[in-house]
Amino acid sequence: MNVKNKDIKSLSEESKTESVLREIMAGDPVRIALSILLGFFIGAIFMVVFNDQVVKSWSNFGADPSYALSTVWWTIQDGYGALFSGSIFNFNADNFVDAVRPLTETLRFAAPLIMAGLGVALTFRVGLFNIGATGQIMMGLAGATFASTRLHMPQIIHMFVAVVIAVLCAMVWGIIVGILKARTGANEVIVTIMLNYVATALFTYLLREPNLLLEANGGGTPKSDHPDGTAMMGALIGTEYKLNYGLIFAGLAVLFYWWLMERSTFGFRFRMVGHNSSAARAAGIKVENTFIWALAISAGFAGLAAAAQGLSVDGGLTASIEAGIGFDAITVALLGGSRAGGVVMAGLLFGAFKAGSSSMQVAGVSPEVLGVVKALIVLFIAAPPIIRALYRLPKPGSKVLEAAKSAKVAKVIK
Amino acid sequence: MKLELRNITKRFGALVANDNISLTLEPGEIHSLLGENGAGKSTLMNVLYGLLQPDEGEILINDKVVKFSGPGDAMAAGIGMVHQHFMLIPVFSVAENVVLGNEPTGKAGSLDLNEARKIVKEISDRFGFDIDPDAKVQDLPVGSQQRVEIIKSLARNAKILVLDEPTAVLTPQETDELMEIMRGLAKSGTSIIFITHKLREVQQVADRITVIRQGKVVATASPKSTASELATLMVGREVELDLKRTVANIGAETLLVKNLTVLDDRQHQMVDDVSFSVHGGEVLAIAGVQGNGQTELAEAILGLRHIHSGSIEVAGKDLTKSTVREVLEAGLGYIPEDRKKDGLVGDFSIAENLMLDGSFGKPFAKGFQIDFAKRDEIAESLIEEFDIRTPSKETLVKQLSGGNQQKVVVARELGRELKVLVASQPTRGVDVGSIEFIHEQIIAARDSGKSVLIISTELDEVLALADRIAVMYRGKIVGIVDAKTTREKLGKMMAGIAA
Repeated sequence: MNVKNKDIKSLSEESKTESVLREIMAGDPVRIALSILLGFFIGAIFMVVFNDQVVKSWSNFGADPSYALSTVWWTIQDGYGALFSGSIFNFNADNFVDAVRPLTETLRFAAPLIMAGLGVALTFRVGLFNIGATGQIMMGLAGATFASTRLHMPQIIHMFVAVVIAVLCAMVWGIIVGILKARTGANEVIVTIMLNYVATALFTYLLREPNLLLEANGGGTPKSDHPDGTAMMGALIGTEYKLNYGLIFAGLAVLFYWWLMERSTFGFRFRMVGHNSSAARAAGIKVENTFIWALAISAGFAGLAAAAQGLSVDGGLTASIEAGIGFDAITVALLGGSRAGGVVMAGLLFGAFKAGSSSMQVAGVSPEVLGVVKALIVLFIAAPPIIRALYRLPKPGSKVLEAAKSAKVAKVIK
Repeated sequence: MKLELRNITKRFGALVANDNISLTLEPGEIHSLLGENGAGKSTLMNVLYGLLQPDEGEILINDKVVKFSGPGDAMAAGIGMVHQHFMLIPVFSVAENVVLGNEPTGKAGSLDLNEARKIVKEISDRFGFDIDPDAKVQDLPVGSQQRVEIIKSLARNAKILVLDEPTAVLTPQETDELMEIMRGLAKSGTSIIFITHKLREVQQVADRITVIRQGKVVATASPKSTASELATLMVGREVELDLKRTVANIGAETLLVKNLTVLDDRQHQMVDDVSFSVHGGEVLAIAGVQGNGQTELAEAILGLRHIHSGSIEVAGKDLTKSTVREVLEAGLGYIPEDRKKDGLVGDFSIAENLMLDGSFGKPFAKGFQIDFAKRDEIAESLIEEFDIRTPSKETLVKQLSGGNQQKVVVARELGRELKVLVASQPTRGVDVGSIEFIHEQIIAARDSGKSVLIISTELDEVLALADRIAVMYRGKIVGIVDAKTTREKLGKMMAGIAA
């Protein structure tokens, strides 16, 4: 009987890279929480080690050990305390508006991150390692810039038109990847990375050309006109806050993503292809077309993020408006385990990082510490064995775990 | 050499794979290890071969305790293992393969191929293996490749041979020849552990039979036991070995395959001008040794594989150029040979797997949305009807046993309106109890007027289910014969000799 061989074969057919990728993209909540914790912990070490006062107090450790230890404590408290008061609630503010402003800022920064994160999450669940959000956002920004500076329309209608054009432009960029993947078997990782460069250069080029997107009377810098006021995403809860309608779009995007992935037949087929494409094929699903659809819809989410970002800034647009959202989106999707709720939480965390970094700087802590924390979180998520070893978690699919599970199942059956 | 396994226990977490197993192997004895999939046979042999360390118990050779920390130790102690999957390098000659890892060297450390040839020739002559030391392994038939594996072990002075499901890849004639070889080896003093789940072979060749069930030795039986006694021991309850079936009530021709030619991924012609038809209420079984084009034939019928030439019709509708979805919608049900790869999504629940090919419309979908109430209702009734043993419909399919996984596939395919059922290896890797159940379901489908095409490499299964048998060899149908054809004749056909 050949069963055994066959089983071993079908297991080993999935290469090690693939199985690791799958584990990373599946996002086990416990492991993610532990990664965040560890990221913050190591970030704290950075703050302490590079703080002059701490270094000085430790060089006299023998003379006053309690002082040395308390400087460590205070440095960490100052740093992360500033992060808190810059991103959630400021206890030192004179009035209520200033006290809750940090939270509204976090929400404002989180909105595009969540939308772009949903886009990346969608492709993860189809089994594609898509890192093309940056390029898609660039194309979305190009569309939003065109619609908001070159078209002129009444209030609200103008904004919706600009959003739709941004989404469509981004989708074109996603569909290109999908077609290359489906028709030629090109690797989506390489294609998306390269298309990121192309899109960034293309947007900058468009911004440079006087007849295209360059501002009126513009000089050498690639920059557009200020978008029409009618196209802007206005203030959501009053003009004293910068929070804008982007948050509403993000909320709708989250609901749509949840419905699509968990309730709709499209999402069912997306997930089927992501988990086992050959079974999907045998069930009558055109796997290649599924890739194209998934990349198109995914890019649409990136386009929404681009619209929220581009239509809410003061002044003309430049390529730097992208602000690393496309890249952070990958992390947000990873952190969120590619689920709607998880992406919201991860987007909020990253929004808080963005909102809080300036007050950390004010408190005398380099905001780059947050860059280190972010990078470490990704690193730990991307290297599941590290976290497993540090916290002594069992390996998924390990004999112990499987045996325990099957014993449980067997018990229930009895 | 005498081997004794004493009170071997091996646990994986809460699961006891081997529970206090004791076993002795006398010199020159053929000792058969009989048990279902997952009974613990392979774990025990991996312990013996040094691949796993036992939690309790010991291994004795000639009454002395030995400890194997790896296969190297086991080999050095005179234990040779022939795996199901051959460990041979196809482009090397037999002699090169036999000495690989243990090469005789001449002057200045160069490989002494003459010595290698001599070793092969000597062993081959002694046991009548009829193997040319200079033949490339890739040019040899499977049965001969297996003998090369045996020579490899003997060349390392193995006194104990472990044969792990050795007959899976052989034709009936090759199986008979292997039995002869085993007897010859035993006569010369080599002891053999013969792992299998095929009762007939055990009865034919074993001196002693140890039956393992759920990690425990349940009985030591003599080869004179009847097949149903052995099956009862193996499964733990009475098993109906002979399927009750009525005379076929032949209907119209529903599946028609004409002059079909299919290429594999490397453009090799795997199905060569194959024609057959299956009527409603009839089971046509395609017999043949694995790798003779059956896989490609099944994939072509489903529309997974491009059809080079020829045609396929289901109920008068031409499906030659159809997509998989169109074929499924035309009323064809498909049980793939590898359920984990093509039939199931392990990370999906049972309920989700039961709607795998049903996401395009009724009853599972309402517009663009899954009809969850309907899905759950269907899942519950199929779990009940097809006796899927599971704590709930939400259980992930990967947590089920092989038999229950296969029942999920069978339930899904037979759970919808079908005209034709195509089933490849429908009971591969499935416990005896589930085999019985799945066979009954297939016969019930036939009795309800469906056309059934079975593709199986197990002759027992073919004989149990078929109304007519087509034998496939190297991509061609050697002949289509009726179900009363003898095993011997089918065996010859499986080797390419036309009836």
